[in-house]
Amino acid sequence: MKKTPLYEKHVALNAKIIDFGGWAMPVQYTNVIDEHKATRSAAGLFDICHMGEIEVKGPQAFDLLQFVLTRNIADQEIGQVKLSAVLNYEGGIIDDLTVYKKARDSYMLVTNATTKDRDWQWIKSIRQDNGFDCNLKDISNKTGKLDLQGPRAEEILQTLTSDNLKNLRFYHFFESQVSGIPSIISRSGYTGEDGFEIYAAANVIGDIWDKLMVAGVSFGLKPVGLGARDTLRLEAGMMLNGQDMTETVTPLQVLYSWLIDWNKGFIGSAVLKAKKNSGIKKKLAGLEMTGRGIARHGYKVFAGEREIGIVTSGTFSPTLNKAIGLAFIDIAFSAPETEISIKIRDSMNPAKTVKIPFYKRPK
Amino acid sequence: MSKQNPTDRVYSQDHEWVKDNGDDTIVVGITDYAQEMLTDIVFVELPPIGKKVTKGDSVAVVESVKSVSDVYAPVSGEVIAVNNKLEEEPALINQDAFGEGWIVKMRLTNPVELKSLLSTADYEKLIKEEKH
Repeated sequence: MKKTPLYEKHVALNAKIIDFGGWAMPVQYTNVIDEHKATRSAAGLFDICHMGEIEVKGPQAFDLLQFVLTRNIADQEIGQVKLSAVLNYEGGIIDDLTVYKKARDSYMLVTNATTKDRDWQWIKSIRQDNGFDCNLKDISNKTGKLDLQGPRAEEILQTLTSDNLKNLRFYHFFESQVSGIPSIISRSGYTGEDGFEIYAAANVIGDIWDKLMVAGVSFGLKPVGLGARDTLRLEAGMMLNGQDMTETVTPLQVLYSWLIDWNKGFIGSAVLKAKKNSGIKKKLAGLEMTGRGIARHGYKVFAGEREIGIVTSGTFSPTLNKAIGLAFIDIAFSAPETEISIKIRDSMNPAKTVKIPFYKRPK
Repeated sequence: MSKQNPTDRVYSQDHEWVKDNGDDTIVVGITDYAQEMLTDIVFVELPPIGKKVTKGDSVAVVESVKSVSDVYAPVSGEVIAVNNKLEEEPALINQDAFGEGWIVKMRLTNPVELKSLLSTADYEKLIKEEKH
């Protein structure tokens, strides 16, 4: 298994380590509920070094990305982050990634860990086939990434940087330093809380981790593993690539219609338009158990006797104290407050579709 | 750290404990070591009373936030009582695995099977090996 630069720190903290897409990652340090609640009430620190970073630079960097991404980036400002989908020729989702505009002709793409190689090969081939004048560089191995998330995140990070974080808006970033170490600080994340994604060189990311852990003590900061990362993102209604979406589904079928700009052409756009016009049959919906039991990934969904789909993500929600999930089901049953059943082992258990997100942080 | 494993009972390789009531009935739960591995237990599925199980069958299901684990019948028998408190308070298993967190009571169909289970000392050897 591949190890992040922080692996030894997780072992020293007694974390339980699992294989996540070929990476040895901490799933929990103490337990999922404590780590989840610490992030919602104070702050959590996450090792996200496994995610991929790809640099796109050159006179036609914009043109390449505008062609590859579903989102329109024409209005993206320098210092702004945008979430976008990358599709294959059939309109299926290769990845959902964030786009950092660093300069007029310089971008950084932040990809999912498990799809980084696929993104890299895909975007490289599009560049070659169309002759866009720009360079691509996979900087994943030399780039470290930490997420600092939660209502106290700003106070904690502010003790280590001289730039005023109050000036950093949601989904924006600046090049700064954390404890004197050159870093990119982005106000964004995958938990539904306020917080930051911090990028620095892989060989010094451990120093930032240590400084944050010390600075965070008095604020209630805890290291948080992938277990709570998953419950946090699900409560916030955020999907996980490879689980809630795959290359066989389009953004229209998951929660990503808003990432599509129909006014520009992009890879997959014509097919996507045709699929939109011919009607969608299956779609991702939120669900909540109304009876006993916990819906889990892979469980079957029924409406009466009829099988209508499958649970893609399901867990016990530590904040809401009930079982929630996402299911890919026939569109006729996807409207909120529709009664459905989840087959758990041998029994049918009542559930209903609900609006997403499940949780919204207090303002 | 795990709590002491009581010496008034026997143990399975799958981390269940069995307390022999001496009248062909037993109480079954999971060990403190097992609850520590599972962490935050949030759901317990209990069997219907009267259910007959053969040694090794799943007799209950214990779920943490992230995991689903079967509780295997350490011996063959019929379920005569279940700990209904676990439906409202599954975390009782985390708090008191050897006491309040018991899971089922069974009537033995083949009492000699009890002899195949581990003594407290042998069970402790087993978890020591698992930790390494």
